[in-house]
Amino acid sequence: MFKQNAFSNSPLLKKRLLLWLRFVIILIAVLFALFPVIWIISAAFNASGTLATQKLIPNQISLANFQKMVNDPLHPFIRWTWNSIKVSIITSVLSVAITTFSAYAFSRFRFRLRRSLLMSILLVQVFPPVLAMIAVFLLVQQIGMYLPGFGLNTHGGLILIYLGGQMGINVWLMKGFFDSIPRDIDESAMVDGATYWESFWYLIFPLVRPMLVVVGILVFVGTFGDFVLARVILQDTQKFTLMVGLYMFISDRFSQNWGVFAAGSLLGSLPIVVLYLSLQDQIVSGLTKGAVKG
Amino acid sequence: MLPPKFVPLLKEIRVKYQQSTGELVSPVFRNLRSYLGTLVGLSLLDGFALWFIYNLLADGVWFLGIAVFLVTLGINIIFLRKDLYPLRWISPGLALILLLAFYPILFSVYSAFTNYSDGHLLTKEQSINRITQDYYLPEDTETFSWELYRSENGNFALLLTGENGDRYWAKPDQPLEALPGQESPETYDGFVRVSRAESIKYLTEIESIAFGVGEEGVRVKSLSSAAQLQKRFVYNADIDAIIDQKQEIVYYADGDLGSFLSVTGTELFPGYQVAVGLDNFTRLIKSPALSGPFLQVFLWTIVFAFISVVSTFMLGLFLALVLDSPGIPLPKVIRSLLILPYAVPGVILILIWRGLLNPHLGVVNLTLMQWFGWAPAWFSDPFWTKMGILLVNLYLGYPYMMLICSGALKAIPQDVYEAAEVDGANIFQKFFNITLPYLLISVGPLLVSSFSFNFNNFNVIYLFNEGGPPIPNTPTPAGHSDILISYTYRLAFAGERGADYGYAAAIAFVIFIILSLITLFNFRFTRMWEEVSENV
Repeated sequence: MFKQNAFSNSPLLKKRLLLWLRFVIILIAVLFALFPVIWIISAAFNASGTLATQKLIPNQISLANFQKMVNDPLHPFIRWTWNSIKVSIITSVLSVAITTFSAYAFSRFRFRLRRSLLMSILLVQVFPPVLAMIAVFLLVQQIGMYLPGFGLNTHGGLILIYLGGQMGINVWLMKGFFDSIPRDIDESAMVDGATYWESFWYLIFPLVRPMLVVVGILVFVGTFGDFVLARVILQDTQKFTLMVGLYMFISDRFSQNWGVFAAGSLLGSLPIVVLYLSLQDQIVSGLTKGAVKG
Repeated sequence: MLPPKFVPLLKEIRVKYQQSTGELVSPVFRNLRSYLGTLVGLSLLDGFALWFIYNLLADGVWFLGIAVFLVTLGINIIFLRKDLYPLRWISPGLALILLLAFYPILFSVYSAFTNYSDGHLLTKEQSINRITQDYYLPEDTETFSWELYRSENGNFALLLTGENGDRYWAKPDQPLEALPGQESPETYDGFVRVSRAESIKYLTEIESIAFGVGEEGVRVKSLSSAAQLQKRFVYNADIDAIIDQKQEIVYYADGDLGSFLSVTGTELFPGYQVAVGLDNFTRLIKSPALSGPFLQVFLWTIVFAFISVVSTFMLGLFLALVLDSPGIPLPKVIRSLLILPYAVPGVILILIWRGLLNPHLGVVNLTLMQWFGWAPAWFSDPFWTKMGILLVNLYLGYPYMMLICSGALKAIPQDVYEAAEVDGANIFQKFFNITLPYLLISVGPLLVSSFSFNFNNFNVIYLFNEGGPPIPNTPTPAGHSDILISYTYRLAFAGERGADYGYAAAIAFVIFIILSLITLFNFRFTRMWEEVSENV
């Protein structure tokens, strides 16, 4: 007995035809998915770097666009990439650390307000930080008056806002992981006289470490791809993240900058695509639990 | 019961644990140590928080000050009371959520009821501070003659001689220093004397510098004289007014307008924030110039979100169905290729599409021109901009729908299909009577949250065409493809006519209400809430 769905039907010829139809549909879909990607790869390696002279298969393949990208003093792509990586790594490490503690408590302790706290954390997530961007902007501005390292146009301020915005959904995700580890493990350690902290650090933490890496990478990918908050908070070319930088770069003079933009896009997407595809299965199972990319 | 695979691990860890704690540290000492650690940590935190709150309150930033105070108080209570031990683990995360996610929501709701905008950004205290920073040169004050000194790195200093012959050494932002003697030294304090003839060269530059501190400050008035500055504006708390010393005008605080106003109606800048009640909302609904674009933007937001969800769901489901069967080679590779739009950062993909759809040079339009002699104006025509946005959003969104649909398809019981086949159902009957209903039950809540997500899908709107093309003749800039959130952004950050945070926050408030209703609907009419509750 094989799996079937609405499209399965019995007669042999019809089945053949249907299979071929499927191939064609899949081919078209794959072409649709790859269409912009192929063009951007071709543009990145095309020797003539403008939109007008673009061809699917370049007349002359060269690394000129990459050289231009690296050497452009007005648009420091390497700097932007480094900013993005720095902000994303700090955000994901801090976020994972803080959410791990919260999730551990929600999973292992029974206390008053536990349910309502969990629910309220989920409810706050209904309103994305983008929506409160004015307040976020003003908040960072006000903080910056007294703590210059966390004000407008600083990576510190941006990281703070990212941390606040992502906490909720990750607490839920992580709590699920903790719940899947049997309580017997830490309970028996407690019998031996371990404190909560010791049983967490020596027993539970090593067990969840692989999952923490996954959550960390998810946060990294999300932070790396953010545009709005970085655009609102960062003002100085040297401080831009890659997404803001790419936008500013391309909206300047669209067609002339096409080749260099393509090179920058490849630089920015490649690590993310690799991370994404390597974690495909975890991401897919996380998705069905209800997280929307953003 | 402990699963067997954990038993060896547990033993190993127990050994490690005993080694690490050993017998040297007695439990009593361990408790004391952690207690002292808590106290030190708390006092550091409190010291910092007090300094921060003091500064905030001194500037009249009440809301943030109170928020920081409450959070700090909460952390103290949590760490000092033994029975709240579990909350200690949660407190860092909770503090972050409260200050950086919850507080902004409350604050933007509050801002919707204020006149927060360019010219009214500050609190009253900050505004008074700013205004009273102005100095002026009174006519009848003591004048000095001056000689200019310049350091190697280009800083200036003055040697001042008063009417009675007293001499002072004056540098910017430092108190005046009395100098003995009569001779003017060639060099002093690392500065070199500049000849009178050469001083003329620097005159405009030094005229803008205040030498000395605040009210003691001396400014150069002309080539021959300098004079002491005086505060131009003085705040009088008794009559709640600012008095202009120079022109002798009284500016009274106007609590409705948020400005200091003279009797003749002139206004001092900057003004300050005041609550304006429902003004922003009445403007939104009543003012014909504003309600027009608002209504248009509002309708497009709903249409955009709805079509986005339906189109991505249909394509995603279709592909999931096509993929979900035996006989497709390399299913993993195909899936990886198909979710590529989900893996590449969305910002980059939108910008790439913007290039490909470029009306004169983009691949798509060049090809269309070649084949049909006609191509849509993706960026200047309102209709085609919207189509372009929907196309790009379909591209970005279908992989997500495909993934959740193929997950949900696997959960549909097979025997239902078999039973239907026995009854002679055809493809469409099976799809509409079995697949779709089953799917909608499990995927429905995700569709609703996808609607909320697209409702606020700022990136695709802003990056594709900045919300344009612009709607002509609107008092505040608005575009044909703007959705509420990008319209909010325009009002707050991109307004050529100045930022209007209060009005923008009023629109954000409308979005809050709509999102709350959608979420409520999602929880009430689907089983999501119960599922979530069971998982707690």
